[in-house]
Amino acid sequence: MQLDETLLYVFMLAGFLGFQLIKRVSPLLHSPLMSLTNAISAIAVVGAISIAGEAGATPLARILGFLAITASVINLVGGYLITDRMLKMFKKREAKR
Amino acid sequence: MTEHLVQLGYLGAAGLFILSLMWMSRVETARRGVRAAELGMLLAVVGTLIRHEIVNYELIALAFLVGSAIGVPLAYLMPMTAIPQRTAISHAFGALATGLIGTAEYYRLAAGGVASGSVIVIALMFEMALGFLTFTASLMAFGKLQELMPTRPITFRGQRIVNLGIFLATIVLGAVIAAMPDNISLFPAFAALSLMFGFLLIVPIGGADMPTVIALLNAYAGLAASAMGFALGNKLLVITGALDGSSGFILAVIMCKAMNRSFVNVLFGGFGQIQQSGGTQEKRSVRASAPDEAALTLDGVQTLVVIPGYGMAVAQAQHKIHDLFQQMTGRGISVKFAIHPVAGRMPGHMNVLLAEANIPYDNLVEMEDINPEMPTVDVALVVGANDVVNPAARDDPKSVIAGMPIIEADRARSVMVVKRGMSPGFAGIDNELYYLDKTQMLFGDAKEFVGAMVKELNSDAA
Repeated sequence: MQLDETLLYVFMLAGFLGFQLIKRVSPLLHSPLMSLTNAISAIAVVGAISIAGEAGATPLARILGFLAITASVINLVGGYLITDRMLKMFKKREAKR
Repeated sequence: MTEHLVQLGYLGAAGLFILSLMWMSRVETARRGVRAAELGMLLAVVGTLIRHEIVNYELIALAFLVGSAIGVPLAYLMPMTAIPQRTAISHAFGALATGLIGTAEYYRLAAGGVASGSVIVIALMFEMALGFLTFTASLMAFGKLQELMPTRPITFRGQRIVNLGIFLATIVLGAVIAAMPDNISLFPAFAALSLMFGFLLIVPIGGADMPTVIALLNAYAGLAASAMGFALGNKLLVITGALDGSSGFILAVIMCKAMNRSFVNVLFGGFGQIQQSGGTQEKRSVRASAPDEAALTLDGVQTLVVIPGYGMAVAQAQHKIHDLFQQMTGRGISVKFAIHPVAGRMPGHMNVLLAEANIPYDNLVEMEDINPEMPTVDVALVVGANDVVNPAARDDPKSVIAGMPIIEADRARSVMVVKRGMSPGFAGIDNELYYLDKTQMLFGDAKEFVGAMVKELNSDAA
């Protein structure tokens, strides 16, 4: 199969965009940022669902797909919850009474 | 028709992920960022589920249940001091998923007879190599952070040669498989080599280098997802992986800069082994103070800067620090927290702990912003930090940490250091700061010591 060049363009542009966006994140939030990007990388679950759920999947593919979904969901659910838990704790100084 | 809908869902998901990172830049909008990312993920998952090739919903539902049953407690039961470990283990799961998907896809293609050297197989090899090595590397990082294994770097003779050899063997074998994808007998060796490489990569890395390493693993996990996108022809995966990858790399670069070291040095340096000095070290005296003396000093100050380090996390002292903060601000004293970028075990670790202890984030100050103020600060209180306040980094060009940016605690009018004993920090070197005339050493457990200090201050006030 030939290389679909659009994917390379997409990769490059998203990479540059990522650099620009992340550069602006306050160091204050580097821990939540990392756990959020970690949660987002669970997007691999999309591939895992395709593998496990396909009509013609072999038993091996089903087993691997099942494990892969489970692992990504751990990553996904845990990542989002803990990011939010962290962010909830960041509070501004109370207004002077 | 459905396929168009799915693609639109993916497009929406990619847009939401980008917005999410944009909103993460500030505390005020950060939680909106999490919502956006959740919505994006939901769109992507639902979009995938309605594809007509998908038939086996029971299996998928079961996997979601099992995954949630493990993921939810992992998020809620982990104490905030354990955030680095949790992140590492979560990286491990994500990377494992990527590797397994690659494996399943490879076997499917090999059985179906795929052309030699096709882009799909090359992308798959990248995906699996990155996925597997990130999996074992993250497990190792977890082991070291959770202190299931020694956190000191483990080095042996010829380590670099062995690592390089395994790295090259993985690449060569991957190339061979890409050239002859039908030859499935080579595959297990490839997977084993990738797994082994990840394991060996972390062996020589010590605890204080974890911020860089975790960031790098984050980047690898992202790149693996991108490679999967190339293999499956899925733009959403390519975009998301690229975003994660650049995020991880930027954080890793920031961490390296904050230690004045290169990637290569962090990954292969075996930094932080205890240096064998030639026995010339004379016993030098320090001024040790008890909690009541320390409280007496704090009683008369106008400005206090607290410099936290990993030791604060270990001692779980952040809540006592909050009590001190309350006590001091109640007297109208300005209290700031100076955060070194590599303090702790992951980027931003200290900020999260202090936020957990209800310290307002406007009082957390970055290194570059606090240093110009240091000469006007009455007391710099160092809690569990060591190398990041070592003046040798600035003054001694021969020091192992020479050139590393530091928080200039030594420029404050007086210094207090809460520390368990005189043992050296991660870099394995002595700290001149402790021997200054204006420095008081407060020996003891950070939590107990600060607690005792607050008690003294309280009784003074009464």
